[in-house]
Amino acid sequence: MATVELRFSAQPEHVRTARLVAAAVARRAGVDEAVLDEVRLAVGEACSRAVGLHRSNGVTDPVRVVLTEEEKTFSIEVGDGVPGAGVAAADAAGVPGSRDGAPTEDFDDAEGEDEMGLAVISGLVDDVEVSAGEHGGVIRMSWPTTPAIVLP
Amino acid sequence: MDLSLSTRNVSGPGGDRTVVEVGGEIDVYTAPKLREQLVELVNDGSYHLVVDMEGVDFLDSTGLGVLVGGLKRVRAHEGSLRLVCNQERILKIFRITGLTKVFPIHTSVEEAVNATD
Repeated sequence: MATVELRFSAQPEHVRTARLVAAAVARRAGVDEAVLDEVRLAVGEACSRAVGLHRSNGVTDPVRVVLTEEEKTFSIEVGDGVPGAGVAAADAAGVPGSRDGAPTEDFDDAEGEDEMGLAVISGLVDDVEVSAGEHGGVIRMSWPTTPAIVLP
Repeated sequence: MDLSLSTRNVSGPGGDRTVVEVGGEIDVYTAPKLREQLVELVNDGSYHLVVDMEGVDFLDSTGLGVLVGGLKRVRAHEGSLRLVCNQERILKIFRITGLTKVFPIHTSVEEAVNATD
């Protein structure tokens, strides 16, 4: 299992960097060329959302992106440092979410753009989960990979 | 690639149209520039806009939000906002968000400028 981890301060200009890195790692992992656009868009949406949450909540911690290559899948986790945020938005956008461990009083971050981003993610990615814990939320997405062709 | 913007005025059968040619990536970092441009045009009295997206390499929900905001502004003046786009990967984003029902999407600037419905 190979992993690339990226941490960036919550500034909009770094979201593009995250997209480029995610697409490069996904390509190496064997994600189909036709799906790379979706990976790029989905990771961009997840990072934009995290950047927005950090900025509106005054969180100075970096946004965390973990790219993991498994045997048959490639997964991306985008973690924010805002406890409980976005679960209500995830519910509204129809993304399967988990309320376990999320402080309920913080469910008021469901802003329009946030929901639109999650709507795009849930429309693009078949396998997506949104979870919220006491340290922040995580969007986990995964895509199938095609095994590398072994030359004789 | 950063965002590039240029505007020009074109006369159509329905009156003057302002064509906004957008190139590059519209995302959380660059979308504010597009928003400013659209706000400025509406403030200057251009209420019929054609946004040419043929040079756009990337569009995310922040960009969609700016286009919806532009539409809201021109509609307040009984104006219009038409899009020109033939790129499947960009059209897909409009489709999954249901915005193909909100924006008239044309295959060429000429078609958009000549549209009167």
